[in-house]
Amino acid sequence: MVALGIAIGIGLVLTVSATASGVKTAQGDVLHALYGIGTDITVTKTVTPGTGGPQQFGGFPSGSTQISRETLRPAPGQSTMPSSDVSKVASLPGTAVATGGLVLTDTSLSGTIPSFTPGTRPSTTVPSGSGPSFSISSFSVDGVQISTSGVGPLGPAQMTVGRYFTSAENTTHVAIVSSSYATQNSLKVGSTVTVAGTALSVIGIAQVASGAADVYIPLGTAQNLSGLGDNVTTIFVSATSATKVSALASEIQKALPGTTVSTSADLAQEVTGSLSSVSKLATSFGTWLAVAALVVAFLIAGLLMMAAVSRRVQEFGTLKAIGWRTRRVVEQVMAEGLALGIVGGVIGILLGIAASAIISAIAPSLSATFGPSYATGGRAGFGGGFGGGFGRALAGSRTVLVHLTAPLPGGMVGIAVALAIAGGLVAGAFGSWRAARLRPAAALRRVE
Amino acid sequence: MTIEASTAKPARDMRDRARVNAYELTDVRRYFTKNRQTIRALDGVDLTIARGEFLAIQGPTGQGKSTLLSILGGLDHPTAGRILFEGRDLATLHEVELAELRATAFGFAFQTFNLIPTLTAQENVEAALVPFHTPSDQGRQRAKEALDTLGLGDRITHFPSELSGGEQQRVAIARALVKGPKVLLADEPTGNLDEQMRDEIVGVLEGLWRDRGLTLVVVTHDSTVARRAQRIAVIAGGRVRSPEGHDTALKRL
Repeated sequence: MVALGIAIGIGLVLTVSATASGVKTAQGDVLHALYGIGTDITVTKTVTPGTGGPQQFGGFPSGSTQISRETLRPAPGQSTMPSSDVSKVASLPGTAVATGGLVLTDTSLSGTIPSFTPGTRPSTTVPSGSGPSFSISSFSVDGVQISTSGVGPLGPAQMTVGRYFTSAENTTHVAIVSSSYATQNSLKVGSTVTVAGTALSVIGIAQVASGAADVYIPLGTAQNLSGLGDNVTTIFVSATSATKVSALASEIQKALPGTTVSTSADLAQEVTGSLSSVSKLATSFGTWLAVAALVVAFLIAGLLMMAAVSRRVQEFGTLKAIGWRTRRVVEQVMAEGLALGIVGGVIGILLGIAASAIISAIAPSLSATFGPSYATGGRAGFGGGFGGGFGRALAGSRTVLVHLTAPLPGGMVGIAVALAIAGGLVAGAFGSWRAARLRPAAALRRVE
Repeated sequence: MTIEASTAKPARDMRDRARVNAYELTDVRRYFTKNRQTIRALDGVDLTIARGEFLAIQGPTGQGKSTLLSILGGLDHPTAGRILFEGRDLATLHEVELAELRATAFGFAFQTFNLIPTLTAQENVEAALVPFHTPSDQGRQRAKEALDTLGLGDRITHFPSELSGGEQQRVAIARALVKGPKVLLADEPTGNLDEQMRDEIVGVLEGLWRDRGLTLVVVTHDSTVARRAQRIAVIAGGRVRSPEGHDTALKRL
């Protein structure tokens, strides 16, 4: 019973730790999805309110007509910066690597639409039934500065099938697709994917975090297809040292006024949704729950140990009667408590491993939503061309789904062993307190 | 207060061995408080026990027999009075000093044997040598010799649950004897045994007393056991009575 009490306490601590670790991993996934691998800082520029104006798919002919349009645009509300800004950032002290990228959304619209005067904002309700109808589909596209540095939305290390871009392919019609997009659309190396009405050859498939872009194309190609010229929407920056990130962010802000400079720490704070809730739960409530459970488990173990000593009153009384000093009896009880603690620790670690596996197996996906200032992730999704106001409204948030796992951190097993020993000593101390107060005459107590 | 004792069975020459008293108890009192009531377990006991004497303590249940044995063995402190053991007053000794005396001078045998159930017969006997920090190989050897003496040489690896009541009591006696005590104190040592085993255990105790010159004090209800003692101290109402011989003492019970 004593060992079981300790085991439950240790098991609970490990479970909470594993969950917290899983949440942290999930957060890391989300941040990578938005941020790019190895990136410490991102620089973006948002459209100044009032200057965006209505965005359209182009001049629609008047009157009801069949249309089919495909556009490749930056995320709503997001503006561009000249590529020379990338060089400016790269030259700042504290910058290790700076790469530019275009975060775009390819939106297709097809069907029949009613006539309207150009410039008039249409209804945002998609008509249905027998009346005018059209369908919209979109996928996310990242223009990637070809680099082996690994900084940016896609690096060579993420390739699972095929290959990464070569430096000679900056303006060629090639693409790399995410494994999930490839599965959804039955794409493989050698297939063709259409971006902005242009067929691109798939040269590789990459494993990217959930929520990252669907299609990756060379930056030059992206600039050509989107018509954005020598511009980027995002600058991905890697600092020379983690301690310099904050200072570098300030420097970039000075060098590029009017831009939004965000660090991974800022982004993490902007995460909301169930992932954030679970994160807060795991880090605050979960920690307290684990501490409380541990204290209660140790107290229960201690009381059970006292009860165990009380049941063995004749045994310990006998040891005192045959000349054992109280100190020697206390040592005996402490040693037994320690042994029980170790047994409880082993059981607790097994319980923790089992619980961690169960959580990983059954845990639902968690959502993470990001604020509007992080436009790197603000992919258009539905919006895009139905007027700036509507587009910007949608740009306010982005939700990413991640699967929660509960990996047991290796260091926690060591801590669990230490806790088990502590628990055993606590239990032993309770028992010893009881044993030390036993009169040797207790040995004469007769058992009826 | 009257002290009563009789010498009815001079099994050996007591004149030399009783020259010095093992115990001299003077007005020993032991009171307990339970539910705000004072229980006078011992209420002015005066008693002298000679070295090498075999004394039986008899009396009705709850009259202080075991309390007296506890005090004789340094297991309990008296509320008042003096208990001289070889010139040292047990009433004034600290627990550490009493533990040392229990380890070296006193051996105990209990009605319920009080063996540690998770230890073998040999390990139970070795437990009595723990206070001496005896090296384990020597401890094992001495435990084996003690068990051999009591006819249990072939049961040393057996656990208490694998032994009969008589065998368990013999292990307990071996545990008491392995350290070479001066006094053997037995609390109803045959209380849980049938007649045959009772006779066997009493024979063992009597043999050890005779052969080793021990002072043997046995608390017993059993008149058959008491008759084997040199002297019977009858305790009633927390005091020792009966100066007569065995027959008279037994009739009073």
